[in-house]
Amino acid sequence: MDAVLLARIQFALTIMFHYIFPPLTIGMGWMIFMYNTRYQENGNLLFRQLAQFWTKVFAITFVIGVATGITMEFQFGTNWAGYSRFVGDIFGAPLAAEGIFAFFLESSFLGILLYGRKKVSQKMYWFSSFMVALGATMSAFWIVVANSWQQTPAGYKIVTETVNGVEVSKAQLTNFWEAVFNPSTIPRYSHTVTGALCVGVFFILGTSAWQILKGRHVEFARASMRTAIIPCFGVIMLTLFVGHHHGHQVSETQPAKLAAFEGLWETQTHAPLMLFGMPDQKAEKNKFAIQIPGMVSLFIGGKFDTEVQGLKDFAPEDRPPVALSFWSFHLMFYMGVWMALLAFVGVILWLKQTLWTTKIYLWAAALTVPVPFLANEVGWMAAEVGRQPWVVYNLLRTESAISASVPAGQVLASIIIFSMIYVLLFGIWIYLLKRQFHKGPDSLESLEAEVK
Amino acid sequence: MEALQITWFLLVGILIIGYAILDGFDLGVGFWHLFAKKKGERTAFIHSIEPFWDGNEVWLLTGGGALFAAFPPVYATVFSGFYLAMMLVLVGLIFRATAIEFRNKVESPVWVKAWDIAFAVGSILPSVLFGVAIGNVLLGLELNPIGDYTAGFFALLNPFALLCGLVGLAMFALHGALYLSMKLEGDIVARTRKWAVKAWYAFLPLFMIAVSYGIKNCIYGIKAIPMVLIILALIANSLVFMFNKQGKAAAAFLSSCCTIAFVMLAVAGALFPTVVPCTNNPDWSLTVFNSSSSQLTLVSMLVIALIGMPLVLGYTFFIHRVFKDKVKVHND
Repeated sequence: MDAVLLARIQFALTIMFHYIFPPLTIGMGWMIFMYNTRYQENGNLLFRQLAQFWTKVFAITFVIGVATGITMEFQFGTNWAGYSRFVGDIFGAPLAAEGIFAFFLESSFLGILLYGRKKVSQKMYWFSSFMVALGATMSAFWIVVANSWQQTPAGYKIVTETVNGVEVSKAQLTNFWEAVFNPSTIPRYSHTVTGALCVGVFFILGTSAWQILKGRHVEFARASMRTAIIPCFGVIMLTLFVGHHHGHQVSETQPAKLAAFEGLWETQTHAPLMLFGMPDQKAEKNKFAIQIPGMVSLFIGGKFDTEVQGLKDFAPEDRPPVALSFWSFHLMFYMGVWMALLAFVGVILWLKQTLWTTKIYLWAAALTVPVPFLANEVGWMAAEVGRQPWVVYNLLRTESAISASVPAGQVLASIIIFSMIYVLLFGIWIYLLKRQFHKGPDSLESLEAEVK
Repeated sequence: MEALQITWFLLVGILIIGYAILDGFDLGVGFWHLFAKKKGERTAFIHSIEPFWDGNEVWLLTGGGALFAAFPPVYATVFSGFYLAMMLVLVGLIFRATAIEFRNKVESPVWVKAWDIAFAVGSILPSVLFGVAIGNVLLGLELNPIGDYTAGFFALLNPFALLCGLVGLAMFALHGALYLSMKLEGDIVARTRKWAVKAWYAFLPLFMIAVSYGIKNCIYGIKAIPMVLIILALIANSLVFMFNKQGKAAAAFLSSCCTIAFVMLAVAGALFPTVVPCTNNPDWSLTVFNSSSSQLTLVSMLVIALIGMPLVLGYTFFIHRVFKDKVKVHND
C-alpha cells in the first residue's frame, strides 16, 4: 500500500480518536468550575453534588485524552520525519510551550481535584478547578498555534542549505510573535474553544435528559439540565458567530480551501451557496446541486457582487479533495444549526418551565449527545483535508513530509494495533460512563455528613 | 550561538532526567506490582502514585517537545528510526495511564486483574525500551546523508542495547522499590526494602558490564567527564544501599534520584557534542552544533523555559506537599 496514504490514515486515526476526549474535558472543565464557584458563593450542597458527579465523569474522560495525546506528541517524529525537519524550527516551540505552560498546570491541579478534596482548603479546591479548566483551554491555544502555522505560515523564511551533499530546504523563524499570531490563529482558536465548550455543555444537557427519560436520579438530572441550558445557548451562538469569522478568514488566506468547502468551480460574483450536491473532482462540476444564488458572496464580502475564487483558478494538482472537504464542512455547519435550534427551543421551554416534561424535547436532547462530538471531528476534517495537497500550505507537500525510513508494513502494523486499542478503550469508556450514570451522584445526605 | 546550543543540549537533558527520576518511580512501582501478594497491596501501590503520575509523564511530553523545537533533525531521525519500538512504548504508556485511573473503579476480580496486568506490562515495556533506545544511540546508528535511519528494525536488538534495556529496568525497579518503602506504611515496607536490595544487586553488575562494554565498543569512546560521572553514579548508588539498610527511606530515595541523574549525565557526556552518532560515516553524525534550530528559536524557547520552569518546579513541589501523607495498605 502507498506509504503516504498509510501515514495519513495513521494520523487521521490517532488524531480523530484523541479528539473525542479533549473537547469534552475543556467544556466540562468550565461547567465544573461554574458549579464549584456557585458552591463557594452560597454553600448550596446541590452545587457540590453537581461538581462532584461531573468531576467523576471528567476524570474517566481525561485519562483517555492524556493516554492518546502522548501518541500525538511523538507522531510527528515517528511518521512525519520530513515534516519535522522542515518545520522543526517553528513547530516544536508551541508543543514545548504547551507542555510547560498548560500540561503541568492541568495535571498538577487535576491531582488535587480528584484526590485532594480532604487535603486542601475549600478555597484551594475551588482554585484548582479553575486551574484545570484554564490549563485545558491554554493547551488548546498552543496546539492551535502550531496547527494554524501549517495553514497560514507567517514570521518565517525558507532557507536552503547543502547538508552532506544533499540540498535541504526548511522554514526558519524570523519573528516569533508573527508566527504565533499568524493570520488564522485567533479565528481558529476561538472557533476551536467554542466548539469544545459545545461538546461539554450539550453532553451534560443530553445525558441528563436521558437520565430523566429513564427515570434515574431525576432530581439531580433536572438540576444538571437547568444549569446547562443557558450555557448551551450561549456557546452555540458564540460558536456560529466565531465560525463565520473563521470562514471569512479562510476565504482570504486559503481560497482553494474555501472553494472546496463550497464546491465552487468557477471564479464568480454572486457565488451561490450549495446546500446539497456531489462535487465531482474529475469532471470539475457538481451533481444534484441545490443552490441558493449569491449567498456565498454575501457571507464573505457582505454583498452579492463580491468575487469569490473558484477551484479552476488552481492547478488540478493543487486542489484539495473537493467532495470530502465539501461534505465535512457542510455536515459541521448543519450540525451547528441543529444545536442552535435545540438550545433555542430549550431556553423557551425552560422559561415556560416545561423543560423536564416535554418528552420529545428530552429525546431530542439525548439523541444530540454525539452531535457536537461529530461536528468537532468533521470541522477539523474540513480544516485539514481542505489544506491538502499541502501539509504546510503552499510550502510543503504532504508526500514530501513522511518518514522515508519507516517501511509501509510497519505503519500498517501500527494502524492495526492502534485501531484495536482504540476500539477497546472506547468500549471501556462507554462502559465506565454507563456505570457512572447508573450509580448517579452522591446523595445530599452523604455530602452533608462529609461537610461536617 | 554555541553557548546557546550547549544550553539547549543541557536543558533537553534536564527534562529527560526529570522524566527519568519522576516517572522512573512510577515505572518501578509498576514492575513490583507483579510481585505484590495481596490485592490490598496492589491497591495501595496505585494510590501511592495516583496524584503524581500524570504530572510525571508531562516531563516526557515536554522533553519530546523541547527536543523537537531545539534539535528537529534529532527528533526526526530517532523517532522515525525507532518506529516499532516507539509504538510499543506508546502502547505501554496508554495502558499504564488507563490502568492507574480505571483499576479501582469497578469491584470485579476480572476487571482488577486485567488492569493489574496492563499496569505491570505497561510499565515494564517502556522501562526496557527507553534503555534499548539509549543503548542504540550510544552505539550509533546507520544513517543516510539526510539522517534517515537505514539499518532496519532487527539491528536495534543488538546485545549492548538489550543490556542497556535491562540496566534501565533494574534502575527503575530499584527506584520504585525505594519510593514504595518511603511512601507506604505497615508490614509491606520491610518487603519493599528487600526488593530494593534485590534490585540493587541486579543493577550494579548490569551497569558495570554495560560501562565496560561501552568503553570498548562505543565509537566515540569514554572520556574523562563521563568517567567522573560514572564514579559519582556509583557513589550515589552505594549510598542507596547504605541508607536502605539503615531504613532511611527518604535518603535512600534521594540517593537513587542522584544515581539516575548521574547515569543520564554520563550518557550525555559520552555523546557530547554528538547527539546521534552515525556509524557508516562519522561526518554525517548529528551534533549539537549541526542540528540545532536557529538562534531566534533557541532564544525564544529559552525565554519560555525561564518563565515556565520555575512554575513547573513550583507545581511539582506543591503537589508533593499536598499528598505528603503515607499510604496505608488495607487488608481484604
